Amino acid sequence: MGKKAYSGNDLSQYEVGKSSKVAKVFIWIFMIIWAVINLYPLYFLFTFALKDNDQIQVTNQFGLPKPAHWDNYKVALKSGPIVRYFLNSVFVTVLTIVITLIAALMATYAITRIEWKMSKTIEKIFMLGITIPVQASLIPVFIILSRLEMLDSFQALIIPYAAFALAMAILICTGFMTEIPISLDEAAYIDGCGRAGVFFRIILPLMKPAMATASIYTFLQCWNELIFAQTFNSKDDYMTLPAGIRQMVGTHTTEWGPVGAALALATFPMLIVYILLSRKIQDSFIAGAVKG
Amino acid sequence: MRIMAKRKFDGITIFLFLLPALILFVGILVAPLLASGYYSFFEWKGFGDSKFIGLDNYKTLFKTFTYKNNEVPFLWSARNALILALCSVFIQLPLSLGLALLLGKGIKSERFFLSINFLPVLISTVVIGELWRKIYYPDGGLLNSLLRKFGVLKKGAQDITWLAEKRMDGSNSTLLQCVIVPMLWQYVGYHMLLMYAGVKSVPPELREAAKIDGATDWQVDRYIVIPSMKQIIKVSVIFAVTGSLKSYDIVSVLATDKTRIAAFPSTLLKDQMGAWGRYGMGSAIAVCLIVLCFFFAVVIGEIFKDREKV
Repeated sequence: MGKKAYSGNDLSQYEVGKSSKVAKVFIWIFMIIWAVINLYPLYFLFTFALKDNDQIQVTNQFGLPKPAHWDNYKVALKSGPIVRYFLNSVFVTVLTIVITLIAALMATYAITRIEWKMSKTIEKIFMLGITIPVQASLIPVFIILSRLEMLDSFQALIIPYAAFALAMAILICTGFMTEIPISLDEAAYIDGCGRAGVFFRIILPLMKPAMATASIYTFLQCWNELIFAQTFNSKDDYMTLPAGIRQMVGTHTTEWGPVGAALALATFPMLIVYILLSRKIQDSFIAGAVKG
Repeated sequence: MRIMAKRKFDGITIFLFLLPALILFVGILVAPLLASGYYSFFEWKGFGDSKFIGLDNYKTLFKTFTYKNNEVPFLWSARNALILALCSVFIQLPLSLGLALLLGKGIKSERFFLSINFLPVLISTVVIGELWRKIYYPDGGLLNSLLRKFGVLKKGAQDITWLAEKRMDGSNSTLLQCVIVPMLWQYVGYHMLLMYAGVKSVPPELREAAKIDGATDWQVDRYIVIPSMKQIIKVSVIFAVTGSLKSYDIVSVLATDKTRIAAFPSTLLKDQMGAWGRYGMGSAIAVCLIVLCFFFAVVIGEIFKDREKV
């Protein structure tokens, strides 16, 4: 890093004022425009969720809803088990994260803390998982699940999600785990700890930041997942939010207000969590980028 | 276990520690991948008899660009996916990089902008797809109204039928552009945050030193910050390209009728499997996707490696 940086003797060629006032203003304007582009669709969503068709399409496309049709939410809640979908999504995501973390932490421990010949090879093989698209498994896993009569269940989603989140989680955990000094392990062995002891008592407590980071990447991967969710599940009881919303909205296309309300309901919880935890989420995400 | 005994059981320990990951990896990734390859040589409905047909599935895939009757326009969908990948690398990533560099400088309300730009990543893609469907809606949709408001669409002019395979007047399709815009938009923030991490990991002293030597902000970015972010940019490019190739969610929401559903490889695969019950053909598409993903991952890796040496 930076080795090449000073080789260019053209550094002093353009003596433009260092970040002049004008430039700063332009940066600000650009940032604000981009922020508006990011926020406007949300504004659009939350306002049209409270309008009727006439307001949405003709009389009041851009303004705030007047009058506000709060009953859109009632209609939306009645037209499908949104709350159920949401809870299903939470359940599937949480269990996926737990399984992914357990498998990834254990594998990373074996790869980075124990010396053996094939460790690098195994790590590389796991890393192939980052490139493999989920579509590769769609048909075979569907067939296995239907043979085992395991379609329409939570495990039909959780296990594949965990498998596909694994590579990224191992990558992240490796980044964090190699930074823990090996002398800690050695001290523990001298004190009479075994491999498992070191793993549970030394490594795991130090891997909390890694767990946060891996959780966020896993979350991003499976919270929005649609193709498995649509293929492996057809029952409301197990349907996750994306598939459920997709199905609900697909059947109610004429009245936009309730559709908007349904979409808004699907978005609210995430939004609240993000507003509360945005800093933590971003920091963990950033840690993953640096360590990975 | 004492230190001496460590070696004795290490084989078993390693195996036990790897076991959960291996079961998941082999069971859900490796074995199905091989199975996909195997199925792709058969004509098979997912149950009952299957017929070995050699490379016929692949021949069908590479035969045609259009979606008529029984044709499977894989080439068409792959072309679209590659266009998306190109847009992603040359439009989305530069935008993300620009935002990351600007925010990394520590402008006012850095965190606020960072949070807002990352927000679309967390919204469900299905919600985003449905939202954009309303924006594109031909009759009274937001986009057409905006265009009218700003005078792009003249008073008497007909509404543009966004998302249509063919426009009303028979001119070219707008589907591809319509699908690409929200997909690029949603993940700008994702790449921005990855790159922001890279920008922030440049030691401040290095910046200071360059500034003292008279470097402009742009020169600091160009010669110090960007070169040090190479690893992260590589990861971003790989994610952007493989993500484009396998994109499914937004397409499946926005492209609803038969012809449009064939527009991207993943939707085509799902259509072959779900609507046609052609599991062999679907597997062949999956195999092509895998090959494409690996191919680009390797090529991108090589591109970034070469620059390191020069």
